[in-house]
Amino acid sequence: MDIIGYLGLGFSVALDPINILYCFIGVLLGTLVGVLPGIGPTATIAMLLPITFSLSPAAALIMLAGIYYGAQYGGSTTAILINLPGESSSAVTAIDGYQMAKKGRAGHALATAALGSFFAGTVGTLLLAFFAPPLARAALNFGAPEYFALIVLGLLVSIALAHGSILKALAMIVLGLLLGMVGQDIYTGTPRFTLGIRELYSGLNFVSVAVGIFGVAEILRNLENEKGRDVMVKSVKGLWLGKEEFKRIIAPVIRGTALGSILGILPGGGHILASFASYSAEKRLSKQPEEFGHGAIEGVAGPESANNAAAQTSFIPLMTLGIPAHPVMALMVGAFILQGITPGPNVINDQPALFWGIIASMWIGNLLLVLLNLPLIGLWVKMLSIPYRALFPAIVLFACIGCYSINQNIFDVFAIGFFGILGYVLIRLGCEPAPLLLGFVLGPLLEEHLRRAMIISRGDPMVFLERPISATLLGLALLAVIIAVLPSIRKKRKEVFVEED
Amino acid sequence: MLAKFSLRELLAGGIFVLAGAYFALEALNYEVGTAFRMGPGFMPLLLGAVLAMLGIGVAASGWQKPDTEKPLPPSWRGIALIIGVVIFFGATIRGLGFVPVVFIGAFGSAMASRINSPLFAALLAAGLTVLCTAIFVIGLGMTVPWFGPWLGQ
Repeated sequence: MDIIGYLGLGFSVALDPINILYCFIGVLLGTLVGVLPGIGPTATIAMLLPITFSLSPAAALIMLAGIYYGAQYGGSTTAILINLPGESSSAVTAIDGYQMAKKGRAGHALATAALGSFFAGTVGTLLLAFFAPPLARAALNFGAPEYFALIVLGLLVSIALAHGSILKALAMIVLGLLLGMVGQDIYTGTPRFTLGIRELYSGLNFVSVAVGIFGVAEILRNLENEKGRDVMVKSVKGLWLGKEEFKRIIAPVIRGTALGSILGILPGGGHILASFASYSAEKRLSKQPEEFGHGAIEGVAGPESANNAAAQTSFIPLMTLGIPAHPVMALMVGAFILQGITPGPNVINDQPALFWGIIASMWIGNLLLVLLNLPLIGLWVKMLSIPYRALFPAIVLFACIGCYSINQNIFDVFAIGFFGILGYVLIRLGCEPAPLLLGFVLGPLLEEHLRRAMIISRGDPMVFLERPISATLLGLALLAVIIAVLPSIRKKRKEVFVEED
Repeated sequence: MLAKFSLRELLAGGIFVLAGAYFALEALNYEVGTAFRMGPGFMPLLLGAVLAMLGIGVAASGWQKPDTEKPLPPSWRGIALIIGVVIFFGATIRGLGFVPVVFIGAFGSAMASRINSPLFAALLAAGLTVLCTAIFVIGLGMTVPWFGPWLGQ
C-alpha cells in the first residue's frame, strides 16, 4: 500500500462515529483546559489516563492526542482575551493578541489564531504521515546500543531547551531516572527501594507521579497568590478577516509552520521555543517592527501557527521510536502501555489501523477545532468567568478518583500527596518538574538497554562509540550540552524564556 | 559565610545530595555486579553518586549569589488541606464509600482557598459529588460502593 492507501485506511478508522465522538470529546476538553489558566494538558491527560483504560486503543489515543493539540488552540483564546497565557506556549500570543483585543480587534486576532493553527496542524499532520514510516523502518534496525544513545540524546536535549539552571535540570533528570528504578529489577526480580512496601514492587505509579507533580504541586503554587481575573471582552464580533489582513498573515503563517514543524521534533518543549522563535523572526522580518507589541497581526499569526505545527510533529519521535519528546508524550507512552501496546517502530506494522487512524484523526481534530473555536467563541468567553477557586477542588478530586480507579490501590493515592509536596518544594526552589517526569519514564528503558548492550559487548563500553549510529547520537547529545552551556546561548535562552514566568 | 550563599540553591542542592546518597547507599545492599553483567545495584549506585555530585554543584553555584527577592510565603492552610484531602481519600475510600468521601474531600479542598466561604464550599462540594458520581460510578462503572461498610451498608 502507498501513502494514499494508508491514509485511506486511517480515515476509515478516524471517521468511525465512535472515534469521531472521542476525537470531539478530546478536542473539546483540550480547548477547555487550554482556555482555563491553571490547568494544563499534562495534568488533564494524567487524570484521564485511567478512564481510557476501558476504551478501545484507537479511541483512547485519539482522545488523548486531541486534548494535547486542543489545548494549544484553547490557550490562545485566553491569551488574546485576558492577557494571560492559558498555556505556556501561548505566552507570546498574549503580547500582540491582547493589544489587538484592546483596540476592538479581538475577533480578527482569534480568527487569525484559528486559521493559522488549522493550516499548521494540517501541514504538521502531513509531515507526520510522510516521515513516520521511513523513520520507523530505520528504527527497526536499532539495537540496544542505539536505543541507549537515543534515550541519552532525548534526555540531554531536553535540558538544552528547558529554562533555568542547567545543573538543576540535569539533577532533576537523574532524580527522575532513580525514581523510575523503584520496584523489582527486570533481570533478577530483586525488589529495589521498596521500603518493604509490597505495593511498590511493581514500581511507582506513573499517573500518581504525573498528577502529583503537575497537578497538585501547581495548585499549591497557585494558592500562594490568589487573585481574580477580569475578562475585558464580553462579546466578540468581526471574526471575518479582510483581504488586506489575509495578505498580511499568509507569510507569517507559512514561516511559523516551518519553524514549528522542525522545532517540534526536538525533545523538551519544542512548542514553547517554536512560538518564541517565530515571534522574534516575524519582528525582525517586518517592515514595521515598531508595530509589534501594539497589536501586530503578524505577531499572532506566526507564533500560533508555530506552536500548533510543533504540537503535531512532536508525535513523530513517539510514534516512530517510542521515545517521548516531552511530558505530554510521556503520558501518551503510558496510554499505549495501558492498552497493552509498546510504542515504537513496530506499531506502524503491527497495528496499521491504529497508527494511521491516529494520524487521520489529528486532521479531523484540527477541523473540529476551527468549528469549535470560531462559531462557539462566546461559550469560551463565558468559561473564562469560572473562577479558579471553584476549579481546583475538582482537579484534586479527579486526580484522586482517577488514580484510585486504575488498580483500586490506595497506595497510588498516597503517592499523589508525596509527589505533590516534593514537586511543590522543588518548583519553589527553582527546579523545573518536566525533566524529572521524562527521566522517570525513560529510566527503566535506559537501564534495560544499557545492560543489554553491555552483555552484547561483553562489558566493553566502547560498543557505543564503535557503532556509527549510536556514536553519532551520543555526539549530538554532547553537542546539545555544550551548546546549552555556552555563555552566549545561555543569555539568549534567558531572553527567550523570560516572558514565560 | 552562610550569608554569602543563595539559600534556594543550598536547599535544592541539599535535597539532591540527600536523595542521591539514599539511593547510592541503599543500592549497596543489592548485588552490584560487573560492567559485563550488571546487577540490580549497578545503575542506582552510579546514578545516586552522580546525583549527589550534581547536588554539590547546585549548592556551590549559589556561592556569592545571595537571594535578592523574597519568595511568596507558602499557603500553609492550602498545603495542609489539599494534602490532607488526598490522604483522607486514600484512607477512607474503602471504608466510607464514594459519596461521603467525595463530598468531604471536595469541601475540604475548597476550603483551602482563603476566598471561599464555607457556604460556597458546601454548594461546590454538593455539585461535585453529583458530577463525580455520575461520571465515574454511573458512567464509567467504577467498582466502588456508594456508601461503604463503615456506614453499615
